Amino acid sequence: MAKATSYRTCPVSGLQFEVQAEGLIRANAVTAVVFLMIGGILALGVALTRWPAVHWLPADTFYQVLTAHGLDMLIFWMIFFEIAVLYFCASTLLRCRIATPKLAWLAYALMLVGAIMNNYAVYRGGSSVMMTSYVPMMAEPSFYLGLILFAVGALIGCFVFFGTLVVAKRDKTYEGSVPLVTFGAITAAIIAVFTLVSGAIILVPTWLLSIGVVDHVDPLVYRTIWWALGHSSQQINVAAHISVWYLVAAVVFGAKPMSERVSRMSFLLYILFLQLASAHHLLADPGLSTSWKIVNTSYFMYFAVLASMIHGLTVPGAMEVAQRQKGYVRGLFEWLRRAPWGNPVFSGVFISIIGFGFLGGISGVMMGTEQLNMLIHNTIYVPGHFHATVVIGTTLTFMALTYYLIPVLFKREVINPGLAKLQPYLFGLSMYFFCLVMMGAGTLGVSRRHWDMAFMGMPGAYEWPGAAYLMMGLVGISAVAAIVGGGIYIYVTVGSLLWGKKLPGGEPSASFTPVPRAAPTLAAQSYGSLGFAAPGTFVLAMVFLVAFVLYYFINWKYLSTLWGLS
Amino acid sequence: MSAILPPTEQLWWKHPLDRVEGTWIAIAFVWCLIMFFMMIYWHAVGRQNLSTVTYKTTPEQFLEKAQAAVDKYTVRTDEVTGNPVVAPPEGADVYLVSRLWSFWPVFEFEKDKTYRLHLTSMDYNHGFSLQPTNLNIQLVPGYEHVVTITPNQSGTFSIVCNEFCGIGHHTMVGRLYVK
Repeated sequence: MAKATSYRTCPVSGLQFEVQAEGLIRANAVTAVVFLMIGGILALGVALTRWPAVHWLPADTFYQVLTAHGLDMLIFWMIFFEIAVLYFCASTLLRCRIATPKLAWLAYALMLVGAIMNNYAVYRGGSSVMMTSYVPMMAEPSFYLGLILFAVGALIGCFVFFGTLVVAKRDKTYEGSVPLVTFGAITAAIIAVFTLVSGAIILVPTWLLSIGVVDHVDPLVYRTIWWALGHSSQQINVAAHISVWYLVAAVVFGAKPMSERVSRMSFLLYILFLQLASAHHLLADPGLSTSWKIVNTSYFMYFAVLASMIHGLTVPGAMEVAQRQKGYVRGLFEWLRRAPWGNPVFSGVFISIIGFGFLGGISGVMMGTEQLNMLIHNTIYVPGHFHATVVIGTTLTFMALTYYLIPVLFKREVINPGLAKLQPYLFGLSMYFFCLVMMGAGTLGVSRRHWDMAFMGMPGAYEWPGAAYLMMGLVGISAVAAIVGGGIYIYVTVGSLLWGKKLPGGEPSASFTPVPRAAPTLAAQSYGSLGFAAPGTFVLAMVFLVAFVLYYFINWKYLSTLWGLS
Repeated sequence: MSAILPPTEQLWWKHPLDRVEGTWIAIAFVWCLIMFFMMIYWHAVGRQNLSTVTYKTTPEQFLEKAQAAVDKYTVRTDEVTGNPVVAPPEGADVYLVSRLWSFWPVFEFEKDKTYRLHLTSMDYNHGFSLQPTNLNIQLVPGYEHVVTITPNQSGTFSIVCNEFCGIGHHTMVGRLYVK
């Protein structure tokens, strides 16, 4: 069943691209960046309105813009890019043709039509229901239909990915097990299937409700199932961006995973336990039992947190081992000082790892604790947390990956390398600050999704402390800085694609070259020697642990001083 | 470049691990267990646990009970909001009506006394955000959530709606006094 297709081997990276897969990866990635750009413009509206001194947009526009910002970023940008990553991890890394390219294009078309339909519904003004669209608040039917089409498209994309794995196995393009990065992508795809099916289960009846076929969708049932889409789709991001971390460690440092067993087991823990995390959003809800809340939000005893803590160690650990083999062995941190800080592929990922762990991870576990959740539920602490996970974690990682893909996949030189070098620092560090002040404001109780801290002068309105206003001002300032960083990314990416110097792409060939096995390296020989191969990373991990433990118990201490509730 | 290449050894699940990894996994796992048991421990000894007492309700049923409590316990009209101020005896059931875009009525509790506060929404999802204490509970239509509360500070408190509920969301705010 040999189909006519061709392969090229990139002279820069040695990666082999199949022509059909290459087109699909490019289309999905470019579309993703377009949605990122739209989402970024909308972010400006949100930030400049929540900055109390500016308070830019009128209330109805603000809620509309906030709805579109959430959907364009969290759903459309991320999932389009993830589909590109999935195809890359299957077809490119395993050097095989992509399965059913026509179906893959159908998937792309469905996703695009769905995304545009949903966006259009929001811009028409009748669907300012926020990304969560909790019933009984209703949007236009096309709002739900757009999301359903998008989910079906993405689901087909996942199955194209699985099909491609089958093709690779059958055509024997690789020996033994799939590479770790592909393994991580498989995890992401399995989580994606669960997520998208959950989305369909709740959005289809809601769509039927909006066109009058069904007369009732229970609000609590909606919340419970919707969050299996809403939170779990962020778990696709986590699995995908951690796979990219390993990929970048491999291409920048030639790093080998410290132990395949540890890293792969951690990905497996994600499949088994991450989905439970969607219960985090229901901790302050009526009607759910305590044991249900504890079992689910502890991801069943925090096995998924454990997995993230392991990846957080093994990715920089693998970098450290690789650097030490290159001779950077002095002290605990020479390997880190001598890392390629001027390479945006590395700096982006490293800023992402640290921010994801310290800001996103610690706050996520705090707010996911049953009782502590009452301190932050629906405050602006929540977006503070998830901007640390999905923006610093996922978006920044995908940005870093783009700098790698521009020459390799798009065969263009990056225009303005100086700006590209600066971009991860500007974007990443202003997002660090943004998340911190947002969580600060949330700790003072400031609401999320709220147009006016002054309650339009309602009698008996609550007066927020001055510190809350200050924090929200800082949120606005740091958001603008981050948006400038995002703008530079768009400029460099789109500019390189349009005007970048063309690079040779490698001669097309009708057959693939099988993937070689990894050569045993020094690290492999030290397996089981019970060495202490990455002491610097271990010290960083201990700093993380201390921060985590302190922050966790400070919150319990604060909770213990509040009104009694039982 | 081996995270993107198939592993050298066929059986990746037999790879030994480095001592850095082993130590970290052990520490992280113990920490995860501590966090898990902390939630259960707080149910045994802590005083801030969200109730799970919930009944199905309808806006009509709930409003009727709320009106009865207001008729029984109202002591005055609140000067600021114009709503009745309800001062229930200790242990009484009181009902907070949350709807587009107001909270009704105003309660006046006494410090260190316990009350049964019934929460629901008449229409969309709303949020019960007690400020400046910063305690937050979700209000879901159709579900009557009974929360036993014991204020431990006196003063004037606000109830801010912190779940998006439409164009008037940012005007939805209520009051609560503790003597």
